[in-house]
This record gives sequence, C-alpha cells and structure tokens, in this order.
Amino acid sequence: PFKGSVSLKCFALTFKKDMQSVCVSVNADLESQFKAFREKAAAAMPGSDWSPIQVTKGLPPERADIVIVGGGVMGWSVAYWLKKKEKVRDGVRVLVVEKDPTYSQASSVLSCGGIRQQFSLKENILLSLASADFLKNINDHLGVVNEDPVDLQFNHSGYLFLASPDVAPIMEENYTIQRDLGAKVILLSPTQLKDRFPWINTDGIALASYGLENEGWFDPWTLLNAFRCKAMSMGVYQCFGEVTGFRCSSQKAETTDGDFVNIKRIKYVDVRMPNSLEYQPVECAVVVNAAGASSGKIADMLGIGHGPKQTMAGIPLPVEPRKRFVYVVHCPDGPGLECPFLIDYSGFYLRREGLGGNYITGMSPEETEEPDVSNLDVDHDFFHDKVWPLLCHRLPPFECLKVSGAWAGYYDYNTFDQNAIVGTHPLVNNMFFVTGFSGHGLQQSPAVGRAVVELILDGGFQTIDLSAFDFKRILYHEPILERNIV
Amino acid sequence: MAAPVLCQMRRRCPVVAYLSVVRREYASSPPSPPSLFSRFLFQLNQHFHDVEHLINWSSWLRNRVVRRKNVFYGYTQKRFGVNVAAAYYILGLGGGFRFAGHSDWFRPDSRGKFSYDFLNTPNSTIEEIDLSRTLINHAGLENIVSQNELRSLSLQGCPEVDDWFLARLHVFGESLQWLDLSHCPHITVGGLAALQHLRKLRRLDVSSLPRLQNPGLVRILLEEMLPHCEVIGADYEQGLILTDNVEEAEPVRHK
Repeated sequence: PFKGSVSLKCFALTFKKDMQSVCVSVNADLESQFKAFREKAAAAMPGSDWSPIQVTKGLPPERADIVIVGGGVMGWSVAYWLKKKEKVRDGVRVLVVEKDPTYSQASSVLSCGGIRQQFSLKENILLSLASADFLKNINDHLGVVNEDPVDLQFNHSGYLFLASPDVAPIMEENYTIQRDLGAKVILLSPTQLKDRFPWINTDGIALASYGLENEGWFDPWTLLNAFRCKAMSMGVYQCFGEVTGFRCSSQKAETTDGDFVNIKRIKYVDVRMPNSLEYQPVECAVVVNAAGASSGKIADMLGIGHGPKQTMAGIPLPVEPRKRFVYVVHCPDGPGLECPFLIDYSGFYLRREGLGGNYITGMSPEETEEPDVSNLDVDHDFFHDKVWPLLCHRLPPFECLKVSGAWAGYYDYNTFDQNAIVGTHPLVNNMFFVTGFSGHGLQQSPAVGRAVVELILDGGFQTIDLSAFDFKRILYHEPILERNIV
Repeated sequence: MAAPVLCQMRRRCPVVAYLSVVRREYASSPPSPPSLFSRFLFQLNQHFHDVEHLINWSSWLRNRVVRRKNVFYGYTQKRFGVNVAAAYYILGLGGGFRFAGHSDWFRPDSRGKFSYDFLNTPNSTIEEIDLSRTLINHAGLENIVSQNELRSLSLQGCPEVDDWFLARLHVFGESLQWLDLSHCPHITVGGLAALQHLRKLRRLDVSSLPRLQNPGLVRILLEEMLPHCEVIGADYEQGLILTDNVEEAEPVRHK
C-alpha cells in the first residue's frame, strides 16, 4: 500500500506537472494569438495605415507641396518654420528627405556648436542675434507638451578674438558695427587681457574682442532633435532616401539683351530608397536645397553650371565640401571655467569641453593644403605640425597635453565669398537655396529658417533682410566678404 | 532626467499631451503614473485636433503669468526715471530692496500692498535687492540693469532664473559683491561660467542647485575662476564617490 500510494502520488505529481506545462504552453499560444488578434483589430480600425497593396515601407508621399532636400539643422529649421507660419492647419505638406538616417557624416552634428555675434557683416550679426533670442526661449518655440524640456547645455562663456597689430583696425571697425546692432562685445587691451586671462601669452597681440552675452557653445544634436521632434509633431513628413534627380519643365524666355534662356521649373523630385534601386517621384511645387556639403551635387542635377561659360547657365553653385578636423585634448594645467571660445589671428581655435580639463581645438588649413574630402579620416600630423606649435606659443600651459580623440566634419564651403546663399536661382523658378554657410550654419539656423520661410510663403523677407545673400551676387561676380571667419 | 511617459511618433498624429503637464522643474522624484483622466485625454488628443489645441493653449496660459510679471516698464521709466521704475518693478514682483545711503528696506506686506515712498527719492540708486522666490526671469532683468551700484542680489528659490539670466548679470560686473543663487532649479554649470564677469564678487551661494551634478568640483572651479570670492553651499566631497565611505556613494555622471 505504501509503495502504491507513493507511486500514485508520483504519478499524480507528474500528471499535474505535465498539465501545468501543457497549460503554460497553451497559455503562451493563447497569449500570442490574442496579441495577433489585437494587432489585426487595430489595423482594421480607421486611422491605421494598413493597405491591401504591399507598399515598401518608408516611401515618401507621391505629392508634397514643399520638398526639403537635406535633413540637417537647416532643413529641419525650415520645416519647423513652414509649419509654424502656415496660415491654415495642414496648409502646406512638407517633406524632408535625408539620405543618412544615422547622420554619420552630417555637418550639423559634427560641429563644435558655437554661437557668436562677432561678425563683420550686418546680416550675419543680426542672424546670430535672432538665433540667440530663439535659443533663449527655446522651450516656448520647440517644447512639445509631454516631452522633457529641451536642454541645450548652453555654456555662456563667450568668444574671445585675438588680433595682431595689422588686423586690429578691422577689429575696431567690426566692434562698432556689432555694438550698433546690439551685440554685447567689449574690446580689451593686452594688459586687460593679461589681467583677465593670465594663462594667455600676449606677445604680438594688439587688441582682443570679447563677447559678454548671447555667445558660447551648445549641443548641436539636441537642437537638431528638438527641431525634428517639434516639426514632426506639427505634421512634417520625413523620408530617408537620396535625391537622385529632378524632372523639370522648361520655357524659353528672352532677356533684355535679346538672348534666349531656358527657365526650368521642377515638377518631380526622384527620391531613391536606401540600399535599393526603387525610387519614388514626388510631385512638388517648391524644392528647398538644404543639403549642406552636397548642395553642389543637387544643383548639378538640375543642370546649373552646364551651360556655356560666361552665361548665367554656365556658373555652377560654388558650394563644395571642405574637411575640417577637430581634436579633443586633455591638459591638466589648462584654464578652468573661465576659458572662452578662443580664436587667435593665426587661425587656431580652442574651447573647453566639460569640467575635466578637456578642450576642443582645431584650425582651418591653408587654401593650398585642403585635405581630401572623399572620407572623414583624421590627419593627426596636422595637429602636431600646424596646430600644436601655435597653441603652445599662445597658451603656455598647453605645452603638456595629450590628444584623447579627434573627428572630422565637412563645411559646406562657399568658395566664392564664404557667406550664405539664400534665395532662388534666376534660371530655376522654384528651387530655394539655403546653403554655403562655411561653418556658421548651426548658429544661424533658427533665424535663416525663418527668413527662407518668409521668402517662400510671404514672397519677401519680413524680419531680417537677407537680399545681400542672393544668388545674383555670384552671377555678377560681386562677393560680399566676411572678415571674421574661422 | 525624468523619463517621458509613452511617446508615439506617428506620422500625422501629434505627440502625446497631458493636461497635468510635465512642469519645467527638474524634480528628483520620478513622475507619478498618469491618471485615468490623463490617459483618456491622451486618447482624445490622438484623434481630435480640438483637444490638442486646448492642451497647447493651457500651457500657453500657464506661461502668461510669468510673462506678465516680467514685462518691460518702459512708460514708468520714461515718466519717473529708471530708479523709480526699478523700485516699482521689484515691489510688484514681491521682492524687497534698499536704497544706497538709506538703511530701511522697502517690501510689500503679506497681501502684496506696498507704500509709494520710493517716489520721493527718484535719484537714489538701489544697493541691495532681495528677489527670493519671485518669478523674475531674463526678460525682467531689463528693468534692473540700470542700477549700476547694486551690491547684493538674492535670487534664492526663484523658479524662472536660468543660465540666460546669469549671462545678463555682467552689467553689474563693477559693483556686485554678494550673490545668492541657492535653490534655483534651472541653473547649470554653463550659466555659472558666465559669472566670471563679476570681478568684485565676494560671496556666492550655490547651495542646493539640483542640476549641478558635481557640486564639489564646481565649487573648486568657481574658486579658481573668482579668486577673491568665497563660495558657500557646496562641500568638496559632494558628488564624489568615496571609496572608504560606503554611505557617501553618490553616482557621479561625467559629461
């Protein structure tokens, strides 16, 4: 009886265990079936995006009012302002096309993130001031109601420009222009400079210009994401794909001299899906070229620059990518919180990064020694040969340092006069250029986005007049030079 | 950072919005789970534009109070002079001040009423300002920048004072000696870096700044930046992981 009851119990136990495991597996099957049922029910409700035709995921819509080529900070700024200033809800359908979802080569995110008002052109100063005002109230503009507030990690340390005796008069003229327009800048003599920043070697410096307010650096990725999230919450379509061509219609027009020109109007933008040959022609009314370093390629697809030389059609868009290196160094004796964004007249720049004695430094190479732009590899010899000697001479504590990292990024360099190109081309009716910033795109992006949207929606500039940045100056060979580029 | 609750970025639907809006204070406590009403409102928000607009309006209305408190007193400045305008503005906010050369403070009473005696002395500038727990922000500072003999400023517990406010304090660079920034929830290291223009600063209070992750390190850097200034409110050990002291193991987050 003993053994029998034990074996009965064992049998009962194993039976129970089997039943439980069967129950568990049945439960698991039931769960997954319920889940599948719930998903099907959700797809059947109105408001879901199920369709019986199998469409490739990620295709852009077939029709859009405004297509923005380039999903960097400038493209998303334009998209945000378009949605902000449209008079009717869903008045314009905006599509932003970005070729790289990882943003691995995008200039916006590889930037040092500085913002300054110390320019020599009135338009540049006004753009920076307006952008600083935008960033001051960024949560009023770009705050999405349930999300965390936007935290740009803005360091208000100011920019410090150092001038040699031959550049000092230019700096003084720039100072008067900047003060007149409302930028808070002061000039420092070498003694005042030494008193304020004892770690600078004031040999060969005649004058320094220091920004007191609205200058510093911030996190560019946060700004890009904030623009993107806010624009998408307002209804902007995003597509990851590459623009491979345009389909245009053209009309003959006669100039006042009697020549005949072909005026093009873009009808379709061909957007090719990543890793695929499939493309979608997007019918559009306006195209905005915010492609940054690749803007030249986009303009080339339209035939700008393919005409006979000495004519309007023969002058290409003078924007090309230029590679710039940024080096992260660690210096234990370096300056602390008071370190501004220092820019020397010899060309190198330096700023503090974080609180641990790390700094970011770099320099623009000479015109003749521009590095190869086919990849983003870093040339460390450039730091040792060119940057470090200048750094040591100007800032003695940096004689002992260690390079802990480096990266490279592209400038969308305007070879004509290193200033922005904002406006339409006379031979292409509906393409707006927002490019050629040569390193200042990030700091001017909020204000330039608003200006371009005023141009598109209102027909002319309302707040800041950027007609000096029109494409016509390139056709007339009249450069407007900015004397304070880094 | 407090994690946002449920964010679904659908192509055309707006982002989740709750009526009990996430305030702009970085409280250290985690957010409470959304109530039934909030979840119901979220469903409505996904489907109706009207609900979305209402929710946007409610957050705009919330900011209206702050904006009204910080409006520029241009007419008062033109009519009575900058000193009277600054005095009127400070009293309107609920703060207190003391004129240079006098020893009595002007403050509103508990109901917000104040006497207009400051009108009798339009030429005396203000020497000490107490703006603790008021709604001043960087726009409102425009009313006070004319007081270039300001020696002491207290901003204890002001919820709207942020880094941009500190960046504007450079106008007091020649006179400010005492600055109290304790309990301000929006100040970070980036704003404290802007205090380098205050060369005459002798006492700086940075206690209980919730967004400072390494208060001890920040104190050292501030003392280096302003050599004649005494920085109080942060111990050198705050923010450090002490290997021999188990209870003081606060995690350190490096930038």
